[in-house]
Amino acid sequence: MSQRFVFRMIGLLAVPGVAQAHLITTGLGPLYDGLGHFALSLECLLPVMALALLAGLNGVQAARWCLWCLPTAWLAGGLLGMLLPSSYNAELGSPYVLMALGTLVGFAVKLSAARMAGLACMLGFALGYLDTSGLAATSLGLVGLLGVCMPVFVLTALIAAGVLALQHAWMRVAIRATGSWIAASGLLLLGWTLR
Amino acid sequence: MKPSIPPQAWALILLLVGANAYAHTQGGGASGFITGFAHPVSGLDHIVAMVAVGLWGAQLGLPAIYLLPLTFPLMMAMGGMLALVGMPVPGVEIGIAISGLVLGLAVALRWRATLPVAMVWVAFFAIFHGHAHGAERPDGQDALAYSVGFVIATGLLHAAGIGLGLANGRRAGQLIVRAGGASIAAMGGYFLWQALT
Repeated sequence: MSQRFVFRMIGLLAVPGVAQAHLITTGLGPLYDGLGHFALSLECLLPVMALALLAGLNGVQAARWCLWCLPTAWLAGGLLGMLLPSSYNAELGSPYVLMALGTLVGFAVKLSAARMAGLACMLGFALGYLDTSGLAATSLGLVGLLGVCMPVFVLTALIAAGVLALQHAWMRVAIRATGSWIAASGLLLLGWTLR
Repeated sequence: MKPSIPPQAWALILLLVGANAYAHTQGGGASGFITGFAHPVSGLDHIVAMVAVGLWGAQLGLPAIYLLPLTFPLMMAMGGMLALVGMPVPGVEIGIAISGLVLGLAVALRWRATLPVAMVWVAFFAIFHGHAHGAERPDGQDALAYSVGFVIATGLLHAAGIGLGLANGRRAGQLIVRAGGASIAAMGGYFLWQALT
């Protein structure tokens, strides 16, 4: 190892970056905090996953509508949540949303593209509004909201496309089984909520 | 031109460029999922019954092969909900033991029950399993993460049963599956004896 190399390494070591062990207090910036919030919130993740599964089961046209309607409605609901935050506890509605969506996926209910778009708009708006209302006290702001909406779009696209690409009948059965699991999780969550 | 920095140096440089590590993610989330996931696989009486559901479904063929494992988690969640809201179900341990005995016998004897009958039996037994899990729920966990882990573990046990039951397509496999059913029935009998004494 040359002397010059050793000096270079010492030089690099002398310029350390800040290591933040407790990012819960410092954050990663509003965009990534929003993204992280979505990725770590099962209350947001599961309904989006369920809707994307349903969209995929209902064909290309329905999935395309869902892909654009869900994040857009989420953004609209989120903006309203920032302006007029609600004190309603969003977790109280989670069991019913999960049970309803899980049941729709479990039975592979056929929905037209228009109905799928309507469902995506309603769900996106409600989740966006309630979720952002809960975040109103934080400093995430509009950039944070975009950080939430981006993974909503990406997750919906990936899951719906994955379902559409399924060729074998048993794979669709596996998707329906996943729907029943989501419904069962909602049912259990209802028990926790009523406790 | 040859690179002037050796690979070891690149390795060292990469070590210096540390990514952010979350020391404290959302409280209770991970532990809730793991606790929920571990719950159904923590007792042999639960495991054998859930695997038996998968085996029986595989023996009965389509559509039971997927409808039985769809019925069980849903009704188990219903049982869990009853426990969580404080509604008692009598003879839970006995019901769980009988589920192993009956479902094991159904597999061992290749009981060709009609789909509604099979679903009713599975749904009935699932209530006991769910109630036991719900009654033993730990406090201080993320409720949704716990529920998701709990349901996924149950579903995977069914999937394991279905996977084993696919051996049913061959003559030797049929014997193995039926022997598996007999073993589950024997274990169910043992659990029943334990529950009654």
